[in-house]
Amino acid sequence: MDHLDGNVLAGPTADLFLFEPTTTQGQCQSCADIAMLGQAMVYGQPMGFVARCRNCDNVLIVIIERAGQKSLSMRGLRWLRVADRAMNDRI
Amino acid sequence: MTTPAAGWLTGSLARAHPLTASARSITFTVPGWPGNDAGQHVDVRLTSSDGYQAVRSYSIASAGPGGEIELGIDRLPDGEVSPFLVDDLALGDTVELRGPLGGWFVWRPEQTQPVQLIAGGSGVVPFIAMTRTHASVCSSAPMQLLYSLRTPNDAFFRDELSQPSATARTTWHYTRTVPPGWSRSAGRLTAEDLKSKTLPPEQAPLTYVCGPTGFVETVSRALTSLGHAPDTIRTERFGGT
Ligand SMILES: Cc1cc2nc3c(=O)[nH]c(=O)nc-3n(C[C@H](O)[C@H](O)[C@H](O)COP(=O)(O)OP(=O)(O)OC[C@H]3O[C@@H](n4cnc5c(N)ncnc54)[C@H](O)[C@@H]3O)c2cc1C
Ligand SMILES: [Zn+2]
Repeated sequence: MDHLDGNVLAGPTADLFLFEPTTTQGQCQSCADIAMLGQAMVYGQPMGFVARCRNCDNVLIVIIERAGQKSLSMRGLRWLRVADRAMNDRI
Repeated sequence: MTTPAAGWLTGSLARAHPLTASARSITFTVPGWPGNDAGQHVDVRLTSSDGYQAVRSYSIASAGPGGEIELGIDRLPDGEVSPFLVDDLALGDTVELRGPLGGWFVWRPEQTQPVQLIAGGSGVVPFIAMTRTHASVCSSAPMQLLYSLRTPNDAFFRDELSQPSATARTTWHYTRTVPPGWSRSAGRLTAEDLKSKTLPPEQAPLTYVCGPTGFVETVSRALTSLGHAPDTIRTERFGGT
């Protein structure tokens, strides 16, 4: 199945996170790969958004957007490293 | 970096012109638009009279401050949203917009390393924002574009890319039909093409690849095989195959 890049998560997460997700680093629970969320593989509509590890395919994040409500699961991430706003501006 | 305005903004179609037989440039006036970086995208939301909503992402061809954004939309014959944006949306009509979005697939004026842009079809749109920004800030970073198209008639923004004043050189590549007298026969981009037409790993370029998912997949794999480190390749897949 065709996929998109993590960049596309910026819209659906705009009102969930105060930080820019696509330039935020995270570590995969499953294979320990560290990447920017913008580098994840994203499977889009209609089921919502499923972000998978670029290295091992593990499901990192699931976002379901439906009828004025959003569900977010970050089950496949060990951690996210969020830069301070000023730092984020410089990536 | 330009972060999104809160919630959905309203864009009103201010100008439009055909880019090809199947594509159109549409420029919206967007009150509250904070400006955007080159390479960012916007989510467009349409609501039908029965309340059904469709959201699609579109790269922004314009960049910088200001309350207007230009998009370049290709019509997918069976698509839900793109035929409407290309054929039906009239001047003064409004859509909802969320953005500007994304911080990874962007080029900023302070970047100094050489830049190779590789576009397939409508994938050139974010690169238009990058080449415009490159020219407008008089950047000294080398920037060049390899643009793969089905036929010579499918080029978006050909005049702009071919202008003598363009600061990023464009190399054209055709997959179905070539212009008369073209040296390479029509065909998909190969690793050989990429080797001869793009900046080599030795120059430590940052390479941006954008277009249909299948195109991005093939090109980024070939770049890795030519020795580019995966972290020096930034991709924007548009979907489809
Ligand atoms: C970050 C991002 C930026 C984008 N920027 C642009 C842009 O600048 N210009 C632009 O024209 N499009 C762009 N796209 C694609 C756009 O979001 C839509 O996918 C596209 O307009 C098709 O929507 P639709 O509703 O008309 O088709 P749909 O009803 O969604 O799909 C119709 C059929 O076409 C297939 N399909 C979906 N997308 C594509 C595709 N891109 N190529 C080939 N087949 C496809 C589907 O699998 C389906 O079978 C971008 C996508 C992303 C994720
Ligand atoms: Zn993994």
